[in-house]
Order: sequence, then C-alpha cells, then structure tokens
Amino acid sequence: MGENLLRNYLEAGAVVIFSVGFSTLLLQSNLIKKIIGFNIMDTAVFLFLAAKGYIAGRRAPILTGPGGDPAQYINPIPSALVLTGIVISVSVTAFALALALRLYERYGSLDLNEILLSREGEKT
Amino acid sequence: MTLFKVLLLLFLIACAAAVSLTRRLLPAIIIFMSYSLVMSLLWALLEAPDLAVTEAAVGAGITSVLFFLALKRVRALRGEENEPPE
Amino acid sequence: MNRLNDGERGIFRRFQAGYGAIGLLVSGALAAVLLLTVSYLPGFGQADRPTENEVSQRYIAKGLEETGATNVVAAVILDYRAFDTLGESAVLFAALAAVILLLREEPAALARRMAERKPFEPDQGPILRITARVLIPWLLLFGAYLVLNGHLSPGGGFSGGAVTGAAMILHNLAFGPEQTRRFLSERIFFRLLVGALCFYGLAKGYVFFTGGNHLPGSIPLGQAGSIFSGGLIGPLNIAVGIVTACAVYGIFALFDRGGW
Repeated sequence: MGENLLRNYLEAGAVVIFSVGFSTLLLQSNLIKKIIGFNIMDTAVFLFLAAKGYIAGRRAPILTGPGGDPAQYINPIPSALVLTGIVISVSVTAFALALALRLYERYGSLDLNEILLSREGEKT
Repeated sequence: MTLFKVLLLLFLIACAAAVSLTRRLLPAIIIFMSYSLVMSLLWALLEAPDLAVTEAAVGAGITSVLFFLALKRVRALRGEENEPPE
Repeated sequence: MNRLNDGERGIFRRFQAGYGAIGLLVSGALAAVLLLTVSYLPGFGQADRPTENEVSQRYIAKGLEETGATNVVAAVILDYRAFDTLGESAVLFAALAAVILLLREEPAALARRMAERKPFEPDQGPILRITARVLIPWLLLFGAYLVLNGHLSPGGGFSGGAVTGAAMILHNLAFGPEQTRRFLSERIFFRLLVGALCFYGLAKGYVFFTGGNHLPGSIPLGQAGSIFSGGLIGPLNIAVGIVTACAVYGIFALFDRGGW
C-alpha cells in the first residue's frame, strides 16, 4: 500500500466512480441504464486524466505573452486528450442508443433478459 | 478549496450510485445530467476550462437530449403515457 | 418471463442472483486494485512527476511562437496533433452514418409517421416559442464566439459546434421541423457536413505537404491575440464546428423522427 492514497483523493474518487459505472454496466439489465453506466465510466477516466494534469498553484494554459514560462501553466496534454475523448464518447453513445432502439423495435423490450428469452423462443 | 472539491466528488459518487439504484429511467437520466454538470464544475476548478465548456455543452446537453429522445421514442412506440419499461 | 415454466424460472432466478453476486465481486475487486495503484501514483498537484516532461514544456514555451494560438490546448489539438482531430471528426461522421443506417426511414414512411404523430403532438405553446425566440440568437452568438475565439480563449470547434447544434435543436422543437428545413434542408445539411470535413482534410494535408515541420512559406501566423491569428487554426476550428453542429443536429433529427 503506497502512501499517496489520501493525497490523491481526486484520482481515488475517479476510480470509485469508474467502478460504480462498471457495476452499473454489468448488473443492470436495462440497455439505457447500461449506456448511462458506460458514460459514467467515460467521465471517470476523463476526471482521472484531468486530475493528473493539474499542478497546484498554476494557471490554465492560456498564454498571455510570447514565450510562455512552463513553470506557470498546467500540463495542456491531458486537456487535449480528454477533449478528443468527450466527443468520441458522445458518438459512441449515439451509436449505442440507436442500436438499443433497433433492438426495441425488433423485440419490444429494452430489458436484456427479455430480449435473450425472446431470442431463445424464436430458435425453438 | 480542497473541501469544495471533496464535496463535489462525493456528490459525483452519490450520483453514479443513484443512477444504478433508481428504478425508473427518466430520473436516472436527469441524475446523469446533473452528474455531467457537476463534473464540468470540477474540471473548471482543475484549471481545465476547455474541458469544462465542452462537457457542459456536450455531456450535459447533447447526451441528455439523446437519452430523452430515446425514451420518448420507446414510449411512443409502446403507446404508454406514464412509464418507460423497467 | 411469463413464457417460462416454474423450473426454468427458478434456474433463471438463481442465474441472476449468481450473476449479480459475481458482478459486484468483480467491480469491488477492480476498485480495490485500482485504489491500490492510485496509492502508488505521484501526489496530486505535485510539479515533479514523470508526466511533466519536455513535451508539455515545449508546447507551452514554443506554442505561441510556432502556431500563433494563445490557447495551448487549441494549438495542441488543431496544430501539433491535427490529424487526431481529423480522425475525431471522422468518428463523429461515422457515428452519424451508423445512426442513419440504423434509424433512417423512407420518405413515404416518414411522412406517414409524421401525419400519425400530429394529433398526439401537443401544440408547443407560447412559452416555448417565445423563450426560443429570445434564446436562439444568443445561443448562436455564443456558439459562434466559442468557435471563432477558439484559438484565443477556452472553447473551440467542438463546444461551439455543440452549442450551435443545441440552438438548431431548440429551433426544431419550438417551431417544428418544417421551419428548420427552410434553412437547413437535407441537401444543404450534407453539403455543409461533407464540405467541412473535406476542407479540414485538404487544408491539413496542404500544410503537411508544404510546411510540414513549420518550414517557412506556410500561412502567416498574424499578431498573437488578435482574431485573425493562428494561421490555419481559425479555419480548422470553423470546419470542426460545422461538422459537430451538423452531426449533433443530424443525430437529433434521426432519433426524433428518422429523417430530415
């Protein structure tokens, strides 16, 4: 056990949120809830990265003059990566919701257990 | 400031758990919306204003609109007024 | 559930209980392992750690000089790593294409569905209409500000495009799809979307061929801090904003009614 668990409270919280989202994804049988859990996992990872980019006492990376001093600004790379990730997550959400709606049109339910049972019923 | 961040973090964890624990879908989506807004607040505190603006517009706005539309469509297809399927 | 007999229902219940227990166990184990890892990571907010390496320092020290953008994040996503952003716009486009494939309805079926829905759609009422009339210009202005000022202040193509798309969604909800179609028909929509994406690819490809590693002869960077600065970052932000706004509005329209 390392010594930084309490100091890294934001990262620890992000990890806890990630696990809660993961359990939502695993345990809920409703497809919309699964997609919400997926989104929660996404944002938890983004929170982790944003917390890793933060440096105490420094400012956001908006330069005020030429030749910025690296000791005054936080790390811009996690922000840039997460910006990409947010847009990808909304694309994936739209795609997953469209798939869920098609499943609903076909099987009349958003519940995964019901859909599996309907499929079994179709096979026999 | 640390206390404020911890409070926001606890709120986020509570929201994430509440999504799993609410039985109905509409409250779950509204909780997810507030989760996204608080997340963007936390990112503004972490000196990442680009992320905060994008998350407030995309996460809390567009994603929630898509979820609401999906719910509306599911209800319309079922012809029920009051309750989405559990 | 109802089509199972009693024995099958018992098996199903036991399977569900076991699955729930195992799922909780796996999530808990994951949380424990990740928390253990977090406890070994360098401290929060500390300046001397491996991620603070020469890459981020160079972006901050030379970013303004090399790209002309005061917002270092915009410089990273639209100049140093612009191909990433091209891929990201392409992912948005691909998501829109997948949603079209899944939810698009034929025009005849669409018209029938709209006619069927009409009596059930309540009149949106004066509250929504007046609010929308007041709000939409400001939303569009804010979206344009975010896009055009993306290289100077927080914001950029994605957030500005999302705000603009939200304004179009609001217009659609308040005044109905017929009104929105008057200025954003399917034809204009696809021309804007594909045109912006192609412009992005061509412009960035041009820069990669002519001024690859910021050789001289590329587009002038302008004076730092003014709106016409940053070389290609401004036009690229506009292209990304158009792609995002169109993708957001298109996905909304497909989810709402399956067509334009």
